[in-house]
Amino acid sequence: MATKAKIDVETRLAVEDFIYAYADCLDHGDIEAWPDFFTEDCVYKLISKENYDLGLPLGTIFAEKRGGIEDRVTSVTHTTVYHQRALTHLITNTRVLSDKGGVIEMTANYAVLETLPNQYTRILNSGRYLGRLVRQKDGPACLRIKELACVFDSALVPASIIYPI
Amino acid sequence: MATVAKSHNQILRKWPDAGVSRVPYWVYTDPEVYAREMEVIFAGHSYNYVGLECEIPNPGDFRRSFVGDKPVIFVRDADGAVNVVANRCAHRGVKFCYAEHGNASEFICPYHQWTYDLKGNLIGVPFRRGVKHRGGMPDDFRMEDHGLQTLKVATRGGVIFASFDPTMPSLEEYLGEKMLRYFDRVFDGRELTLLGYSRQRIRSNWKVKFENLKDPYHASLLHVFLVSFGLFRADTPSRTEMDATGMHAVQVAQRGEQKATEGTSEMRAMRADLKLHNPELLQPYPEWASKGDETVVMQTIWPNLIVQQQSNTLAMRQIRAFGPEEYELHWTFFGYADDDAEMTLRRLRQANLMGPAGFVSVDDSEVMESAQSGVSRYPEAAAVVEMGGRGTEDTPHMVTEGAIRAFYKHYIKVMGF
Repeated sequence: MATKAKIDVETRLAVEDFIYAYADCLDHGDIEAWPDFFTEDCVYKLISKENYDLGLPLGTIFAEKRGGIEDRVTSVTHTTVYHQRALTHLITNTRVLSDKGGVIEMTANYAVLETLPNQYTRILNSGRYLGRLVRQKDGPACLRIKELACVFDSALVPASIIYPI
Repeated sequence: MATVAKSHNQILRKWPDAGVSRVPYWVYTDPEVYAREMEVIFAGHSYNYVGLECEIPNPGDFRRSFVGDKPVIFVRDADGAVNVVANRCAHRGVKFCYAEHGNASEFICPYHQWTYDLKGNLIGVPFRRGVKHRGGMPDDFRMEDHGLQTLKVATRGGVIFASFDPTMPSLEEYLGEKMLRYFDRVFDGRELTLLGYSRQRIRSNWKVKFENLKDPYHASLLHVFLVSFGLFRADTPSRTEMDATGMHAVQVAQRGEQKATEGTSEMRAMRADLKLHNPELLQPYPEWASKGDETVVMQTIWPNLIVQQQSNTLAMRQIRAFGPEEYELHWTFFGYADDDAEMTLRRLRQANLMGPAGFVSVDDSEVMESAQSGVSRYPEAAAVVEMGGRGTEDTPHMVTEGAIRAFYKHYIKVMGF
């Protein structure tokens, strides 16, 4: 980044806390609480780096509005047939790029480890979060996701992605 | 130079006496069976889907693909034609093309810089005449004998097929009139536009995927999403059709409603109360209305292609085999160049049904891995494929495994079992 806008420490810590709480919700928490991290008019996209770099719009997951986020929860809790698994998000290089007009632009690297019954742990998905967060009075860490793109490195996904990233 | 694969020695396996209503599990696990499939099915007398013309619009545009497990490249030549060549240097076998896609005026192998034109002709060999009169290729080395292996190419409606067999008939003859009609329904001459790729590696045999699309009966039982929203369900008008050989098939259906009927009583997956919080996901536009009542047409084309048309989501699903117990499902989602922004958005929303995180297709990939786990250690057991009888005829419903039986009718013939 060429521009080095000054970001206050409080904001940086708030963003870190927020993204860690997000990961904790998916890994160990209650998946039903996942929509609470989003605004009503949000957009969530899980997209391969291949598509992203080519400017191709197809997402592996493309959820619009809080309702779309809730539909993904329904699929995990009620409609999809899948093997139970444990997930662990590892998040690092969390950076706040800008904080202007109430919108915080952030990035972070992530890796999600997946463990299926009777199998060794494997890397399910790794890549970069590109987020636009807004301040809220009542959200976790007082922030919510307006836009989140999870851009994953390997075009190949091992079998299925059940839970959001 | 194209060469036709020579067949292996006879494999010492015997198909069950019951015929196509039984599928022995060794077909999903035996490395010898797999090796033979790669030779006589994928590299043999068949057209394999490799890609779409809209992926390589300009001269020199290329993209890597596969025929079975063999890496190939499809490329737009200077004259606008599409060529398909093996991604294997004619010198020492290097997979010379590293880039997944790009634009090139020639292909150069990095190892010794043998250079080929976009037709695969060898056009340059460094040190061919030696260095300071030492070394060099023999005087009788003929450049024209050492081009890349080329495949026979057929295109229709923007879809590219290739074959290692130079004696293939036309694609139209290969598909047959009945299958061609369904193919042309989607590929009707309009220019296609690429929406993106989805790729997943699934630990199961490639045929399990093909069977999945030739078995419409599972959909009413496994897929809560399809059943509850009536997208593809046994009590809605539907049919299963095959070509005369059994190689190709279609599953056709009309969207029903989200309500229980006499037919849904045995469908435990039916959830009349299931609601979408964002119903925009499933608001289809009747773009096929002028072509009939069907809202779903899933076409399987021997040996590696599924053409997906579910409501407004369109995709090519290419099967890339990697050993007897693993394959890649390579999805290319597309629309038409004349789609407006709203239609593109609709296609992208409905794509949530499909792919590695699809509301519907996740059920399949999970079940297919379980199927492989089951058959893998019981090679002498066999599947019972008797839903809808033991025949291979078309049916005006989807409560059948007839297309699986038709597939194996052809498979047994080609494989020599």
